[in-house]
Amino acid sequence: MTTASIADVGRPIIARPVGLLRHLQGPLKGSEYLWALAFLVPYIGVFLAFVVYPAGYGLWLGSKPSLYAEVFSDPIYQNTVINTLIFVGVAVNLKLFGALMLSGFFMRKGWWVKGLLLIFVLPWAVPALPTFISIHWMLNGEWGLVNNVLYHLFNIDGPSWLNDRWLALGSAMYSHIWKWMPFWTVILLAGRMAIPQELYEAAEVDGATGVRRFLHVTFPLLANLYLVLTLLATIFLLGDFNSVYFVTGGGPANSTHLLATLGIRDAFDLAQPRLGVAVVMSALPVLIPLVIILMRKLRTTEVEL
Amino acid sequence: MSATVADGRAPARHPNYRRRARLVEAAALAFGLLLIIWTLLPIYNIVMVSLESHGDVFTDAIWPPQPSAASFWIVLTEGYWYLEYFWHQFGNSLYVGVAVTVLTLLIGTLTSFSIGRMRIRNGWLISNAALMTYVIPASFLAIPFYRIMQSYGLANNLWSVIAAIVTFATPYAIFIFQQYGRSIPLELDEAARIDGASPLQVYVRIYLPLMAPALVAVGTYALLLSWNEYLYQFLLLSNKRSMTVPVALAQFMNSDESPWNYMMATAIIYALPPIAIYYAFRRRMSAGLTMGGVKG
Repeated sequence: MTTASIADVGRPIIARPVGLLRHLQGPLKGSEYLWALAFLVPYIGVFLAFVVYPAGYGLWLGSKPSLYAEVFSDPIYQNTVINTLIFVGVAVNLKLFGALMLSGFFMRKGWWVKGLLLIFVLPWAVPALPTFISIHWMLNGEWGLVNNVLYHLFNIDGPSWLNDRWLALGSAMYSHIWKWMPFWTVILLAGRMAIPQELYEAAEVDGATGVRRFLHVTFPLLANLYLVLTLLATIFLLGDFNSVYFVTGGGPANSTHLLATLGIRDAFDLAQPRLGVAVVMSALPVLIPLVIILMRKLRTTEVEL
Repeated sequence: MSATVADGRAPARHPNYRRRARLVEAAALAFGLLLIIWTLLPIYNIVMVSLESHGDVFTDAIWPPQPSAASFWIVLTEGYWYLEYFWHQFGNSLYVGVAVTVLTLLIGTLTSFSIGRMRIRNGWLISNAALMTYVIPASFLAIPFYRIMQSYGLANNLWSVIAAIVTFATPYAIFIFQQYGRSIPLELDEAARIDGASPLQVYVRIYLPLMAPALVAVGTYALLLSWNEYLYQFLLLSNKRSMTVPVALAQFMNSDESPWNYMMATAIIYALPPIAIYYAFRRRMSAGLTMGGVKG
């Protein structure tokens, strides 16, 4: 940003604007500056109209303190907070740890590992909705595939997965992990590929193989990326709507909602948009620090998603 | 490259080394098999149900007794009342997908050209603001967004959905374009400027062609995003003729006598384009998405 462009050299300098305008323009000349500004207009328009305005409007909708008293005293909301915490604590970590291990597995050589990777990323390529509906039907206690298989293979009558709060929550976590683990695996795989081969060779000379090599070479190098991904996955998960909405529908008896699905339910099924906004807003005290930490981390790590 | 490679290179100190290597390979194969089952189970379920007849759906079969493609035919010919506008809705999805892709690419490249290539002062403010959007979960803005679109009279208008998805796709596009643009020497732009090209000409003739790989990657991403998106489409589109396929699909869940086989057949037809696009552009996509990988 500070380097003057080569184009400046050899051009007659005619009456440069002074003061604030000059400061704003930086190295760009009058017409160039106008072009650069014009190029920014579409995005700034989108940002103001569809991010700043809705966000501000949302803050205003959810600004009455009495709303929060109402929300916090709702037992469904209290359950939802517990669900969200469990979801973040369990699903995010299982998903990322699984992805970390799997990325190691996919570093193996051989044609079948490559073919397997192609199949493995399928959940990510298939649209979310059909597969979540499929999982919902698959877990049906009476006609679902899972219980049919359990019955045919082991002669067990499986539980009705979606009629019990904890089983249903587990099912929603399963579908979330199923859908998103391939995505994180691919990113961690790229991270592993970026580790220079010489490091491994050096480690081997020093006698580090297997678990020790992972602990002393691979993981320290991936740790920062892993942390950034965990933060990102947590933030994404706080807004996850589809997996719970389609797999459990928030049921049984509204016991498996996450903040996002409960907010939408309050706003649209109960037609109380302010209440819905308040539910969603109540995640901000957690979300904002996470975003700030993430921004700082991103400055020191270059991650591409 | 990984654990096994190291094993492969280890000196043959142990006489039973080969047997161990074979055991490891067998364990890996077994694990791979489990992974395939894990991955394909829900997809197998879609295929199975779509091949069943309506009565067979409600049995304990794990493979359709008389597999038939009749459900697919019903979907393709719009032969069921939930599906009466299927092709129209499919067209809507396509329209949204294409519009989102084009707009995301256009807005993303213009912004990153101005910030990254013309180096407008304080451009970093915009790219940081954009990243902030990327981390606001989409469902958090859904309620105010819906109310705003209602007040603009844009409910049931595909452009309200397009606007929403573009909003969430552009930050990512700007991020990737700026990263990718760093690999293109600035001197090219400057040489063209000295030859008298206007910024617009530099953008069209130099920047866009050189950015082609990133355009493909981000374009695929935007298309898949709009194909995956459900919440905004569900909230903003409620009329049968303005609906997209996901919203129509979810409608099946409202009824008790749900023809699950038709629904799954619809789901498969809907899922085919993104799968095809994904596999067609997979290499370029991951090249663009993970370019540079990690620099710790």
